Amino acid sequence: MADSSPKRAARRAGALRWDGVVGVLLLVLLLLSFGFVDGFGNALNLSFLIGNTLPIALIALPMTLLVVAGEIDLSVASTAGLSGAVMGALWNAGMAIETIIPICLLLGVVCGLVNGLLVTRLGLPSLAVTIGTLAAYRGIAQIVLGSNAVTDFPAPYLDFAAGRIGSTFVPYAFLPFLVLLAVAVVVLHATPFGRSLFAVGANEEAARFAGIRVRRHKLWLFTATGLMSALTGVFWALHYASARYDNATGLELSVVAAVLLGGIDFDGGRGTLGGAVAGVFLLGGLQNAMSLLNVSAQSQTVVTGVLLVISVLGPRVARQIAARPVALPVPPAPQTSPGPSERDR
Amino acid sequence: MTRSEPDAVPVLALEGVSKSFGAVRALRDVSLRLYAGEAHALAGENGAGKSTLIKTLAGVHRPDTGTVLLDGRPVVLHGPADARDAGVAVIYQEPTLFPDLSVAENVFMGRQPRRSLGRVDHRAARTAAAALFARLGVDLDPQQPARGLSIADQQLVEIAKALSSDARVLIMDEPTAALTGSEVARLFGVVRTLREQGAAVLFISHRLEEIFRLCQRVTTLRDGALVASDLLGDPQGRRAPESGGSGASGGSGSTGGSGGSGGSDRPAGSGGAAGPADAADGAGAPGGRGLTEDDLVRRMVGRDLDELYPKQDTPIGEVALDVRQLTREGVFTDVSFTVRHGEIVGLAGLVGAGRSEVARAVFGVDRWDAGSVHVDGRPLTNGAPSIAMAAGLALVPEDRRAQGLVMGMSIERNVNLTALTGLGGTVRGGLMDRRAERSRALDWAVRLQVKYAALADAVGTLSGGNQQKVVLAKWLATTPKVLIVDEPTRGIDVGTKAEVHRLLSRLAADGVAVLMISSDLPEVLGMADRVLVMHEGRLTAEIPRAGATEESVMAAATGRGTTGRAA
Ligand SMILES: Nc1ncnc2c1ncn2[C@@H]1O[C@H](COP(=O)(O)OP(=O)(O)OP(=O)(O)O)[C@@H](O)[C@H]1O
Ligand SMILES: [Mg+2]
Repeated sequence: MADSSPKRAARRAGALRWDGVVGVLLLVLLLLSFGFVDGFGNALNLSFLIGNTLPIALIALPMTLLVVAGEIDLSVASTAGLSGAVMGALWNAGMAIETIIPICLLLGVVCGLVNGLLVTRLGLPSLAVTIGTLAAYRGIAQIVLGSNAVTDFPAPYLDFAAGRIGSTFVPYAFLPFLVLLAVAVVVLHATPFGRSLFAVGANEEAARFAGIRVRRHKLWLFTATGLMSALTGVFWALHYASARYDNATGLELSVVAAVLLGGIDFDGGRGTLGGAVAGVFLLGGLQNAMSLLNVSAQSQTVVTGVLLVISVLGPRVARQIAARPVALPVPPAPQTSPGPSERDR
Repeated sequence: MTRSEPDAVPVLALEGVSKSFGAVRALRDVSLRLYAGEAHALAGENGAGKSTLIKTLAGVHRPDTGTVLLDGRPVVLHGPADARDAGVAVIYQEPTLFPDLSVAENVFMGRQPRRSLGRVDHRAARTAAAALFARLGVDLDPQQPARGLSIADQQLVEIAKALSSDARVLIMDEPTAALTGSEVARLFGVVRTLREQGAAVLFISHRLEEIFRLCQRVTTLRDGALVASDLLGDPQGRRAPESGGSGASGGSGSTGGSGGSGGSDRPAGSGGAAGPADAADGAGAPGGRGLTEDDLVRRMVGRDLDELYPKQDTPIGEVALDVRQLTREGVFTDVSFTVRHGEIVGLAGLVGAGRSEVARAVFGVDRWDAGSVHVDGRPLTNGAPSIAMAAGLALVPEDRRAQGLVMGMSIERNVNLTALTGLGGTVRGGLMDRRAERSRALDWAVRLQVKYAALADAVGTLSGGNQQKVVLAKWLATTPKVLIVDEPTRGIDVGTKAEVHRLLSRLAADGVAVLMISSDLPEVLGMADRVLVMHEGRLTAEIPRAGATEESVMAAATGRGTTGRAA
């Protein structure tokens, strides 16, 4: 006796979900670009597009979970830079790449743990903490590598990070990303852990009262974010065949922009990974198309900024439209109220 | 006498108002008139539309059809600020204080006393707030931040806020739901004075005896439609006017028609046709005398009520919850008690005595500084709710908005929040089992008679009482061994209250140990096998069911006569 189906159908029809909107926008962008932007549709350009967007996409996965839980990490790009710098330094020191990469990933875990502990143990706001570590991690990266650029990584690794499968548009690195995406989707949308993140982001106190281990969950998220950032740092250095201390500078803004554009509520408690990934590729696709159209870098920045503002406004407007009462020819039948008693006459 | 005459102009009125939310028709063609000097009660089951009506009067909602009349003239209220400027003060059902502002700043939100150059006069605000609290007999520091106030204190701040504006119309949506007898008495004293000075009052409460104590007239809603508007008599049906100058109630009662239409043609009535067809159902009513409590219940629910406190005697088993010398510095001290399987133990005390704080520490959301808690002989870890839950403990918290529910989340997900540890059968192989989630939520929503449109609706769209039922559902669904309920029936209507009591009684019969905190003393006395009383952070008395009376409990709660007189 719960949902009478006409009501539900109407509710569905009336609801306008922002992640759906972003998906449609992405499709429109792709169709327009295929049709009207010279050079967009060929496999090589598409593989460039995907490859260049992958760093943002990789970090967007844990960032989505973090923002859903009501936190944020702005140190991700610095962690990536640090990971690349350490990779370069150790390679210069003659260590084997098979040893270096795990070390870099471990370093990312430590960076994330530091953020997480500062936030959960000391109760500091993550925005402030990670602005601090944004500067600190980048500083350490510069100390580690100075202004050197390390480029001579082993060819198989460089080929994997920069190459594509045959003459298709699919970079090799896209495949592991798809695996990670699937994992993240399952974690956020199908496990108790993911479910509780929405509660933590929307009402942390109520989550605590429901027995959810809020601090431990957050610590996990920061750690995972550090790990993925370090992985991205490794990928970046190999993809562009250059390990420098300033790799990926400013990437955190692209990630946050993409995630918000994908409908993840900055206040926490709302959003889907599908939306976030659509947001990432919308942003990446737009930049690619604009470059092909010779739009100046400044104008690209303006477009990105405007998109960011839309991304904050859009979901709210969509929610308001969805919440607007729909006139329905359904008789009001309160579900479980006891009906008027039958009186003996 | 300030009593209204049939032809007097109502200060504030609704005429033929309807309001829908999507497919839910919250108000259907409702009319209501508030007269100067009259206290008017609004009664009805959970979800009947009371809060919606109030929000319409306050300009929060715009009616779909119908009009709001101020001094007899139609007005369009664009928001609460408009209502406030018109002299209408409103206390909403859920306190909405700004947690980071001080109590005094909250009281004078939007109309702070000013000094020259428009600077806020903080000192004047503090003094004025302190004076208001003194009048209400409340022990609150105007300078403390609103964050962390108990639900009762939040409610008192809201009351002070409404009283401070010298309003012509005072509207109160369940202001007493978390208050104990003495705070209620103070509040009523202040409200009576205001009314005698000519204010119009609209009052909502699910404690019917309060309606009879404070009000002269009651309007009843059922499923959004007006049932009737009657003058009130004596709750038991005798004709005894109450204090506060309502001596006229018997007399003017006779102006109402005693014919079958159930009083709907009274001066402040529904305009005849508004009531649903079965309105006459409840009209076994008042010819020359006013409405009785039974009449009112029949008006609200459309039937007679079962026993309100259906406590059955059950064999009492082993100790289930054992709290030893629990102390949290500055909050409560050296609290020791046990609750046995099959036993319902009441925890009484005034607002601020530390009852909720003890419950929170036992459950683990707050840490304790000394002492221990055992469930079935096994010690609990300090500050770990998940471990307490695994041991079979459940806590229904007092503040549903802040602690009990995630308002933007669906009913279904809220109910299942307590199952994320895997204890509720909604997790299979590490993944959420959507079908199990759905049936678990549906099962409990039906058992507690939650009134909703779809389980996927945000819990925030439910009426206050129905939100409370979702909090109960969320915790009862964990099938606890030890159940701590903090104000379990706050905002729940009489019919469902009896249902909740039956449920608690049945749980006890099944061997669950129940610790019940309630500001509703009759509820404690009616349900508890044993009553513990707290006063200023200490346990001052333990009274067996036989010896528990209003007097003995209140004596211990106010610090007069301690353990000695318990026996
Ligand atoms: N913002 C909203 N969106 C959707 N439905 C709503 C909204 N506000 C109220 N309703 C619905 O309108 C109906 C009346 O709710 P209302 O809050 O007025 O009840 P109430 O009489 O105050 O009940 P209670 O005694 O439980 O507080 C309910 O069915 C409720 O679900
Ligand atoms: Mg209400």
